[in-house]
Amino acid sequence: MEILMSIVIGVLFMTGTYLVLSRNTLRIILGCSLMTHGLHLLIMTMAGLKTGAAPILNEDTTAYTDPLPQALILTSIVISFGVTAFYLVLAYRSYKELNTDDMEQLRGQEDE
Amino acid sequence: MVLLHIAILLPFAYAVLVPLLYKSIKRIHTGWFVLPIPVLLFLLISSHLGDVRQGIISSYSWPWIPSLGLEFTVYADGLSILFAMLITGIGSLVILYSIFYLSKTKEAIHQFYVYLLMFMGAMLGVVLSDNLIVLYGFWELTSISSFLLIAFWYEREKSRYGALKSMLITMFGGLAMLAGFVMLYGMTGTFSIRGIIADAAAVTGHAWFLPALILILLGAFTKSAQFPFHIWLPDAMEAPTPVSAYLHSATMVKAGIYLAARLTPVFGGTAEWFWLIMSFGLITLFWGSISAVKQTDLKAILAYSTVSQLGLIMSLIGIGSAALYYGYGTTSQPYVAAMTAAVFHLINHATFKGSLFMVTGIVDLETGTRDIRRLGGLASLMPITFTFAIIGAFSMAGIPPFNGFLSKEMFFSGVLNAARMDIFIMGTWGVLIPVIAWIASVFTFIYSFIFVFHTFTGKRKAGELPKVPREAPLGMLIPPAVLASLVVIFGLFPNLVSVSLIEPALASIFPQFVMPGEQFGVHITHWHGPTTEVLMTIGVVVIGGLLFWQFRRWQGLYGRLPKKLSLNALYDGGLRGLDRFSARVTRGYMTGSVRDYLVYIFGFMIAVVGYMLFRTDALRYIGQGSYAEITIYDAALAAVVMAAAIASLFARERIALIIFTGSVGYLVSLFFVLFRAPDLALTQMVVETVSVALFLLCFYHLPKLKQEVSSRRVRIGNLLISIGVGLIVTLTALAASGARLFDSVSEFYVQNSFELGGGHNIVNVILVDFRGFDTMLEITVLGIASLGIFTMIKLRAEMLNPPAALRGALHKRGERAASNTSDTDTAKRRRNHAGQ
Repeated sequence: MEILMSIVIGVLFMTGTYLVLSRNTLRIILGCSLMTHGLHLLIMTMAGLKTGAAPILNEDTTAYTDPLPQALILTSIVISFGVTAFYLVLAYRSYKELNTDDMEQLRGQEDE
Repeated sequence: MVLLHIAILLPFAYAVLVPLLYKSIKRIHTGWFVLPIPVLLFLLISSHLGDVRQGIISSYSWPWIPSLGLEFTVYADGLSILFAMLITGIGSLVILYSIFYLSKTKEAIHQFYVYLLMFMGAMLGVVLSDNLIVLYGFWELTSISSFLLIAFWYEREKSRYGALKSMLITMFGGLAMLAGFVMLYGMTGTFSIRGIIADAAAVTGHAWFLPALILILLGAFTKSAQFPFHIWLPDAMEAPTPVSAYLHSATMVKAGIYLAARLTPVFGGTAEWFWLIMSFGLITLFWGSISAVKQTDLKAILAYSTVSQLGLIMSLIGIGSAALYYGYGTTSQPYVAAMTAAVFHLINHATFKGSLFMVTGIVDLETGTRDIRRLGGLASLMPITFTFAIIGAFSMAGIPPFNGFLSKEMFFSGVLNAARMDIFIMGTWGVLIPVIAWIASVFTFIYSFIFVFHTFTGKRKAGELPKVPREAPLGMLIPPAVLASLVVIFGLFPNLVSVSLIEPALASIFPQFVMPGEQFGVHITHWHGPTTEVLMTIGVVVIGGLLFWQFRRWQGLYGRLPKKLSLNALYDGGLRGLDRFSARVTRGYMTGSVRDYLVYIFGFMIAVVGYMLFRTDALRYIGQGSYAEITIYDAALAAVVMAAAIASLFARERIALIIFTGSVGYLVSLFFVLFRAPDLALTQMVVETVSVALFLLCFYHLPKLKQEVSSRRVRIGNLLISIGVGLIVTLTALAASGARLFDSVSEFYVQNSFELGGGHNIVNVILVDFRGFDTMLEITVLGIASLGIFTMIKLRAEMLNPPAALRGALHKRGERAASNTSDTDTAKRRRNHAGQ
């Protein structure tokens, strides 16, 4: 399972990178969120998968999955959401102000 | 002996007072208040002469950074005292001269005296310090104050050029020297010069010997304007003449010579030291004297002459260092004599060059020009100045009975001895040394005569002079008078200096040669029989006289040398080239395109992580872990996630792109379900929903997705980079999941979640209890993001439409014009962007 997940993560990173390298701001933002998904799965996978029940204490169970990476991912999801939202509004504002969403046209001036 | 510390620090402390004096007492020239300082210091330092003569070396140490072994240690031995007397003595004369040279109303003289006092203190620090780091500090202070003084008339382009040039060259050498000092510390474990001299054997045998030697010599050569670093000195002549006289002839340029002499006991006696110093000195002597002849500006002649004379002294120090090879005895006597000549000429040069610069300043001030093509026939108008010029120039040319004659004779015997020596793989090349020295002396003779006779004799070109020349005021004549009389006195009674100054100086250059309480026997005589040296001097006078007589005929030869080959062209071109090169390199990779920077970042990541994966053989762990089994659900989910991700690459419509990536998010939350992470699945589901909603909210405001119009090369590059990133991440994940080194700490959370946290949901207990700090800051992140979004939308809109009250205020203050222009600027910028 971990090997399969590694490949899935690789594909997510690959597609995320490809979108980030493009010229359109919307593609870049969505590429970032693809990479974020890959990263969350990576943290999950690295802790070992399916080693027990869900980490909620009850009398019957003795083995639980690792709760620590889940806590880390939860934090990360919220932070990446905040960043994505900010970035999206930034893209919106810059499009309104500068009339373009093409990264090549957002280059700095020659003499700056 | 705290007095030596005070001697160094007094000029700095007094420099603080100078502007106050300048502002409060307008009637008296500020220079008069500065003058007592060097005079006092001169007397103070002369009082050490008796002690030093008896071999008593005063030394005193102040802790500075004791934990690093840095102490502000000063000590006065023969060499330091000699230099300190030159600095303070000539300093007094120069300040006296400057009082009459600089106008108190037209010039910013307070700045001048602050810089000059700073320089004097720094120079005293250089020659009196025992600690190499302290010496370096003062060394750089001399560079800085010299920089300030050269650019004293900073509104002139050439002054700034000369100041920058001297700064770059001397700082370059200074830094090299610092590296050499640190190496010396590495070899001997001390920064104290006396400690290093005592431990000289550890230096000569060490592997760092040659690098340290070369680095330190770089410092000495740049400061003392040795070939090829001499080019800053002629351009430093843009400084006021008192500065040229003081810094660029008598004191600062001799700091390198001081350093070479000071470290001779450490490095001397080795072939490298001997060859480097002697050959560079001779080349400098030769080149400087040849270049001086072609100059038409009086100060340029003197600048090249200084370069040349410094080369002479340097080469003598090189020859003299060979004495340490032989040790104390009769064989080393000729080389000790060469070192004697070096010290003697050092004194002589300071006297006659100082007076010649002052003469130049007088001529400049009285006639309005320094160009020898416009000068002539001033002898009858300025008889006193003419006398000083004759004395100085004849001494420089080496004509009896002036002191230059004696040191020139000693120089000749030094080079003749060097030619005869058979150590250090000398062979037949040694013959070249006296030949070069002799030719250089001929040229020295010629430019000395040009200096005097083209200025003061010949036809008077009254019409071409901006001013009517007349004799200078008395105060201006006193300093050169003192120096000129010293030239004559040292010429007639050389043993006055040999006993009081040269012998103690030699004792500190060759500490191995003197027993405590003994002195070097130095005796300088005028006439030592019909030797080769006398014949050489006669040759110099005859040939030099002939060439001077016929000067107009062969003067044109100099024009033949192409300008592009000169060292200045090399320096200017080098600087320009460096500028252009770095601009081109920076423009080459700083393209301004985000995509390019991302390619660098990702490429670097691929290269570094990939290299480390193979380097550490991490891939052998792949497949070695205990893996969970794959069910049909897992496989199907994985396949769908990958398909959705890849499909997003090909999405043409923005709605398709949003849906594909959104579905990846929902599928990831399904993964969380499969991996027994209920909280994650919930959060991911909600967040993904909100995100997609956000994207759709912006949907109408964002433009339609355009077809990517990038070249095939760029697209293939992007593909390769992204495949590389995916591959590296996959390989890292595989290698890491295969090798588990330690058990997780999570067992603790499972055990204590209820006991310590009082909760059954372990993930939530971790979030709010065990690791609640993370959560608090994550809440902060969300808060900042929402505030940021709010300001981004709100603030900008208000600035474009300022409230009526604000607009009225702007209008009232008449700033409408300004706001108009900024409005048009914005409009223009918008048009530009629309145009692109």
